[in-house]
Amino acid sequence: MMLAELLPDSVSYLDIPIKLLFAIIAVLIPAGTTVYLYLFKMVSFMQSRLGPMEAGPYGSLQLLAELGKNLQKEDIFPLRADRSVFALAPYVVLMSTFLLAVVIPFGPDAQFTNINVGVYLALAVSSVSVVGILMAGWASASKYSLLGGLRAAGQLIAYELPLILAVVGVVIQAGTLNLQGIIQAQATGEIFGWGGLGNPYLLTQFVGFFIFMVAVQAELTQVPFDMPIAESELVSGYMTEYSGFRFLMFFIGEFATANIFAFLASVLFLGGWSVPPFVTDLFGIAWDSNWMNVAGPLVMLTKMLLLTFVIYWVRFTYPRFREDQLQKFAWKFLIPLSLVNIAITGVLKVVF
Amino acid sequence: MTLLLAELSQTEVWVTNSFFLAIALVSIFAALKMVTTDNVVHAALYLLVVLASVAAVYIILGAEFAAATQVLVYIGAILVLLLFGVMLTRARIGSESDLDHDQKWIGAMVAVIMAAVMGYSLWEGFEDAKLPDDRIVQGVEPVADTIFSTYIVPFEAISVLLLAALIGAVVVARRD
Repeated sequence: MMLAELLPDSVSYLDIPIKLLFAIIAVLIPAGTTVYLYLFKMVSFMQSRLGPMEAGPYGSLQLLAELGKNLQKEDIFPLRADRSVFALAPYVVLMSTFLLAVVIPFGPDAQFTNINVGVYLALAVSSVSVVGILMAGWASASKYSLLGGLRAAGQLIAYELPLILAVVGVVIQAGTLNLQGIIQAQATGEIFGWGGLGNPYLLTQFVGFFIFMVAVQAELTQVPFDMPIAESELVSGYMTEYSGFRFLMFFIGEFATANIFAFLASVLFLGGWSVPPFVTDLFGIAWDSNWMNVAGPLVMLTKMLLLTFVIYWVRFTYPRFREDQLQKFAWKFLIPLSLVNIAITGVLKVVF
Repeated sequence: MTLLLAELSQTEVWVTNSFFLAIALVSIFAALKMVTTDNVVHAALYLLVVLASVAAVYIILGAEFAAATQVLVYIGAILVLLLFGVMLTRARIGSESDLDHDQKWIGAMVAVIMAAVMGYSLWEGFEDAKLPDDRIVQGVEPVADTIFSTYIVPFEAISVLLLAALIGAVVVARRD
């Protein structure tokens, strides 16, 4: 929408290529940042090693080296694989990631599309990636892949429920499904009559935030929820037979989805692109002034990096859940907890 | 918050119609492939294309809530469960011979009659009526308002029915 305003209103379809370009930037740049910052460097320091140091200053060009490595690898199809489904699976996973990015607002106008039911649509399209994972697991004609795909599907179905139910609390409090509306409710909210901080829902919906982050961790099939790609049992789960560019697409999809979910969490719980009102008061601008179209993406990036840090901190700290523990945790702990959270939020919404 | 799609210009009507045509053609092709393909998983994936194109048509009509529900319920839940079940039980790669059926011509006839009846009644009901130019993007509020006022009794009845089905499923599953 940023550049779209330079064009006349009547040609709204003509800004599709511009939006496509921005979508690729919004998905790839954070994914690259996350991979270098957290997967290469932070983990290395946590494990008392240096990580990549050779490519570029401080190993900062390692990403390009990895890209080149993966692009020149042979594109292998297993002998008995279902070729068309095998080839399409990574695209389905990546498509789910891009569809998620569509609804994320980066500023008052810096948004791909302002959909009324934004958060609902985001949670809906995030479930499309399961289809891609099942396709990959089935079409590989490999027992490891099939088992990994089935485990992934079972896990993703189980953790989709707490993910959705955790958001309901925020939706009740904000009174809208629109992501811009949720940001507005937080930026203009007040804590007991004091509006200096706004009212980020992290303060009131901390239970929802906890459930959301746990469910996101499980949706990304990351440690401690990495039964589907458990490398000690299943080689690499549904990704076992993939190589070269198709593996790279799964890889990008994994990290980009982590970022997009972190974006979504920062919109729902941390106020999105808005900064606390006392800061905007300092500069003497409104909370949704045009300056936020420039500052908003940076604010979002900061919040996203903070939340992604938490995701990867957990990922490289905890051991793996057993399959039955994993299912029990979702169905017997997270879902009841989120239902209680919804009930309490509803009661408090009526009382106040 | 209801968004008003501004009056559509001639180009936009043309572009919208082309999008609809493309989606409809893809949908029809996928539906035909779904019943004629000789692999169960391929059939399920063609069904995915059909369901996704229905969601796309909802988006073009401005019914965002219906589109999101279509994706969440049909693709995210029903289709995934279907794929999950097929892959757990009979996940053969390659063509399967036992997917054909003796009564396929009767089935095809029923499908044609259904299409004719529905097409005729649609034509009778609306003839060449056009969508208004200032289409309103359907919000969630009217849906919620009608469910929890006009249709509260059916809504509660369905809730109880679903709860009974849920408990029934648990009971059946626990027996063995």
